Amino acid sequence: MVSVSRPAGRRFARLRLSGEAVAWLQALPMGLVFGLFFLLPLALVVMVSFWDYNEYEMIPAFSGRGYSDTFEGCLAQLPDLCTILRTYAKTVKLCFLVWLFTLGIGFTVAYFLAFHVKSKTWQIGLTLLCTIPFWTSNVIRMIAWIPLLGRNGLVNQALTGLRLTPQPVEWLLFSEFSVVLSLVHLFTFFMVVPIFNSMIRIDRSLIEAAYDGGATALQTLVNVVIPLSKPGIVIGSIFVITIVMGDFITVGVMGGQQIASAGKIIETRLNALQFPAAAANAVILLGFTLMIIFLLSKLVDIRKEL
Amino acid sequence: MADGMAKSKNLRRRDLMKGVGGLAGLAAGSGAITGFPYVHSAEPKVLRYLGTAVNEGDAISKKCFEDTGIKIEYITATTDDVTKRVITQPNSFDVLDTEYFSLKKLIPSGNIQPLNARKIREFDNITPVFTKGELPNGKKIGGQGTAPWKVLYLEGPGSTQFSKTPTDYVTLIPTVYNADTLGIRPDLIKRPINSWKELLNPEFKGKAAILNIPSIGIMDAAMVVEATGQYTYPDKGNMTRAEIDLTMKILTEAKKSGQFRAFWKDFNESVNLMASGETVIQSMWSPAVTKVRSQGIPCVFQPLQEGYRSWASGFCVSKATSGAKLDTAYEFVNWFLSGWAGAYLNRQGYYSAVLSTAQKNMEPYEWAYWMEGKPAAQDIRAPDGSVLEKAGAVRDGGSYDERMGSVACWNAVMDENDYMVRKWNEFIAA
Repeated sequence: MVSVSRPAGRRFARLRLSGEAVAWLQALPMGLVFGLFFLLPLALVVMVSFWDYNEYEMIPAFSGRGYSDTFEGCLAQLPDLCTILRTYAKTVKLCFLVWLFTLGIGFTVAYFLAFHVKSKTWQIGLTLLCTIPFWTSNVIRMIAWIPLLGRNGLVNQALTGLRLTPQPVEWLLFSEFSVVLSLVHLFTFFMVVPIFNSMIRIDRSLIEAAYDGGATALQTLVNVVIPLSKPGIVIGSIFVITIVMGDFITVGVMGGQQIASAGKIIETRLNALQFPAAAANAVILLGFTLMIIFLLSKLVDIRKEL
Repeated sequence: MADGMAKSKNLRRRDLMKGVGGLAGLAAGSGAITGFPYVHSAEPKVLRYLGTAVNEGDAISKKCFEDTGIKIEYITATTDDVTKRVITQPNSFDVLDTEYFSLKKLIPSGNIQPLNARKIREFDNITPVFTKGELPNGKKIGGQGTAPWKVLYLEGPGSTQFSKTPTDYVTLIPTVYNADTLGIRPDLIKRPINSWKELLNPEFKGKAAILNIPSIGIMDAAMVVEATGQYTYPDKGNMTRAEIDLTMKILTEAKKSGQFRAFWKDFNESVNLMASGETVIQSMWSPAVTKVRSQGIPCVFQPLQEGYRSWASGFCVSKATSGAKLDTAYEFVNWFLSGWAGAYLNRQGYYSAVLSTAQKNMEPYEWAYWMEGKPAAQDIRAPDGSVLEKAGAVRDGGSYDERMGSVACWNAVMDENDYMVRKWNEFIAA
């Protein structure tokens, strides 16, 4: 057996591929998955967004109707904002608020985990603790706020019971407040993990050097920790911003379906069977989100940092 | 592409069933050694039933299997998703349970086929509400919107044209319908409510809600507009662009001033809004009111002077259904109209399409309460046995004739649907 297999081995050795070809082969499975399940469907969405439609079907004829309907009145209504611009303004506002709070909370939690918890075991244990809410679905985590925040909910019962307010506070639920609150609750963890990951890699001797050099805690934070955590911050921001920009379920449920979002426009169009118009809105949303990510990636070279 | 996928799925399921059958045969075969005869069982009769959760009761499928041996596999989706599925995956279901207003989209797509009225045993006994637009006593009822009798017949078996005169080809065999109005919390409102205009009354600022289905939400708004005397629509279910603008403007003003607490889309959402006191007046469905009441919370399905917004649904089959499967579908529809299911629906506050067979399956005191508007002679129970109303109670809105006779309009898809949807997005963004 051994004597037979040796020449065979040698024959294979002669078929050795160039380094470049091996690299392509190694990238092939990922490339195929990426192409089949991402690029192809995306290309189809872009194609359909330029189709025409009627009450019940898509008509495969070139039409810019999905786009022109979407931007209807945008010039005519100036200086007032048209529907699509107003919707995006609202979505960007919600997105900014959620980003701000998730960053603040996420950074603090990550900082605590990375610098104040000394033992590795505790660090892992506490990080796992952060994942516990993820054991239930995010719909449940979102809906769980409703009995707390409602007109007759726990918070309002406490407020009126303590005579802090004469009548229940209405803006707690079905408002921008409740949308931001539940989005922050849902997505802070996506900030914690990448920032923690960046922080844990900071060389402790740098911090000691800063201390020895007479830097205050705040100076160390601003000049050492934050710049070195930047990759984590940017990656976490990309996670949060892309999710919130496309969200329509949380905005819908917590906003009482009264708050516009880019995702909700797509949903309404889909429900009316206007697939090309929905696709056009999806392309617009994708372009907008890509632009934000492009700007973020200007801040830090993610490729290098990973 | 969707077709291909659905087909391969079917194939796999069938192969699987064959495999299971083979195994059973093997087991039976091995049993033959010990003297048991090998029995080849007939292929089970299975129907894939696409519809919304409201009509897909376990009790119905269980009883149907007992009576006919037909196994119902429910495919549950929201109203919008049912329509979407018929358009995109017509091979993924056999029997479709949908509302008449969606026919304006479904029939032109050619993805469903009409049933033959001659094969429906009770077809001639179907209430004239569907066939003529009148009550059994001859009174004409409101026909604005997509009233069922406008879209009940097709010109031929493969036609996509609605017929104005009766033919044998029926788009949807009627099953269930009701007259919808506003649900209110009398304990929180503390005064009589008798007009649709109360929905936008500033007195209920932050405590009102409407449906988040644009085509239905706008009709409720139109009822308010007419009630306040601002405008009278020639047809609330088929507005012109100017009429849509007017209606949406009034809705937008109400939204901006904080009239609405939320918009709801799901049955349970509407129950929770009302039961928790978030809203005190809102568009609602009859069984949702019943559910709030069964939690011990006062809630009334309030009859209003301007009348009801009605809806109706029924059965048809996928264009892909044929042969033995189609026969099974007819058997199922005939079973559905034969009384037990009708009584089951009537006991939930809906109305059944064939009243005579349902009546035979209900106790006289039940019929008197639900259909004749008489005080309950004894406790009224839901199909699951829980007590809905104590003896002496009277149904909100009274008898069948009073309620169905006061229908003002029907759920609809407008000709200007595309424009309306764009305006609805503008309304949400305002």
